[in-house]
Amino acid sequence: MLSVYNINVWYGAIQAIKGVSFEVNDGEIVALIGANGAGKSTTLKTLSGLLRSRTGSITFMDQDLMHMPAEKIVEHGLVHVPEGRRIFQQMTVEENLDMGAYTQAKDTIADNLERVYAQFPRLKERRRQIAGTLSGGEQQMLAMGRGLMANPKLLMLDEPSMGLAPILVEQIFEIIEALHKAGTTILLVEQNAQMALSIATRGYVLETGRVTLTGTGQELLRNDDVRKAYLGG
Amino acid sequence: MEVLTNLINGMSLGSVYAIIALGYTMVYGIAKMLNFAHGDVIMVGAYICFCSVSYLGLPAFAGVALSVVGCTLLGIIVERLAYKPLRNAPSLNVLITAIGVSYFLQNAALIIMGSDPKSFSSIISLPALSLFDGKLTISATAVLTIFACVVIMVALTMFTGKTKMGKAMRACSEDRDAAQLMGINVNSTISMVFAIGSGLAAIAGVLMCLAYPTLMPTTGSMPGIKAFTAAVLGGIGSIPGAALGGVLLGIIEIFARAYISTQLADAVVFGVLIVILLIRPAGLLGKPVNEKV
Repeated sequence: MLSVYNINVWYGAIQAIKGVSFEVNDGEIVALIGANGAGKSTTLKTLSGLLRSRTGSITFMDQDLMHMPAEKIVEHGLVHVPEGRRIFQQMTVEENLDMGAYTQAKDTIADNLERVYAQFPRLKERRRQIAGTLSGGEQQMLAMGRGLMANPKLLMLDEPSMGLAPILVEQIFEIIEALHKAGTTILLVEQNAQMALSIATRGYVLETGRVTLTGTGQELLRNDDVRKAYLGG
Repeated sequence: MEVLTNLINGMSLGSVYAIIALGYTMVYGIAKMLNFAHGDVIMVGAYICFCSVSYLGLPAFAGVALSVVGCTLLGIIVERLAYKPLRNAPSLNVLITAIGVSYFLQNAALIIMGSDPKSFSSIISLPALSLFDGKLTISATAVLTIFACVVIMVALTMFTGKTKMGKAMRACSEDRDAAQLMGINVNSTISMVFAIGSGLAAIAGVLMCLAYPTLMPTTGSMPGIKAFTAAVLGGIGSIPGAALGGVLLGIIEIFARAYISTQLADAVVFGVLIVILLIRPAGLLGKPVNEKV
């Protein structure tokens, strides 16, 4: 479904991604794990077109994404829920969801809205509220709901559990699994390696811009190096 | 009755400032730049209207329409040629470019139209209205200006609140990257904001020249600076703030002129700005900015 081959990304003079290649197949949950600054978010930003790779190729459902503008990439069903939620703080919950469906036709928007509200009843209760006044967990739900409004074929989630209380983290991961069961393919970036790998079909470990290890979620969870580096021994 | 006349004149002048300030504030909101050439777009708008009426012999409303179309195009072209290449440049570079565009427009007008003032009242002049048995005289221009400002404000509020493009505009102002991830084309949204702002500047130019009918290549600079002040006073980036700031500034200016001193009026206006910014640094309706890391 998504195939990334040998991408190299720079921030000015600093190279953040060094020859990363990986794949996501239809129906999988693929986890990218790694420490702060390993290049996980940079990878997602490159896939969604906010950053550009100087080399290699990115192919999503037979479409070349290397030179496609970010706003077109969304239309093809590759949807990025960014780190730190990045919801529109001064707009209402429903306006945020409307923006998520910016690329969708009018009649699908109503269906999507109903589906998102069914998935996140909390958002329906607060639909007229200004998004900036929501709690952290609600904001994460809004960010994910907004992503779902675009009818994603592949949903990329960047640190969905960041800054949330443990009970909310579990809730978010339950939602991710539910979305997966409903047929959405997921590319998950997480610092919470334990949680991410336990639901992942496959995973990749990123270290200072390189893929150093790959395997199924269970393999990586049992791997000694991964346990030492990311799972606290 | 004199107070009432001054109040109406102040609101009328303030409405012109408000309409110009909308352009400043919307462009700042979305492109995070101060478009100091905005004042000169007013002047171009007034010249287009003047030329179409006095040289082409068109009726006044056609002149206004042409001037709106002309300035809208001018806004789009200036953004495309001068500002878009600097989208990721430091803000000082963009600011200096805007000042450059301002000089360019003024000097282009000087070459094309000459330095002698054109009299706007020779092409359009509206009667004075007499109310209460002649006790209160107000100009039809003032009424028209205030009315135009109200219509524009209502239309813009509806546009940004209800339409898809308007909401996309607000989304871009808040978070450009996130807006792009929604599938919003940021470049065309910025282009649209420049188009709207410049079209409004054309209307402001015509309205201003109806009240102060001397048209010169530098006509736009002072109102441009005042409108910028109004935008800052109201809270830059805020549309209701621009309207409030503009009207307040106009009223203060006219009252200062009438009751304090004609020469000191501008000093009073800018003095008020300084005092208000000392008390509310983000402006009257501006939100304090919390930079997050």
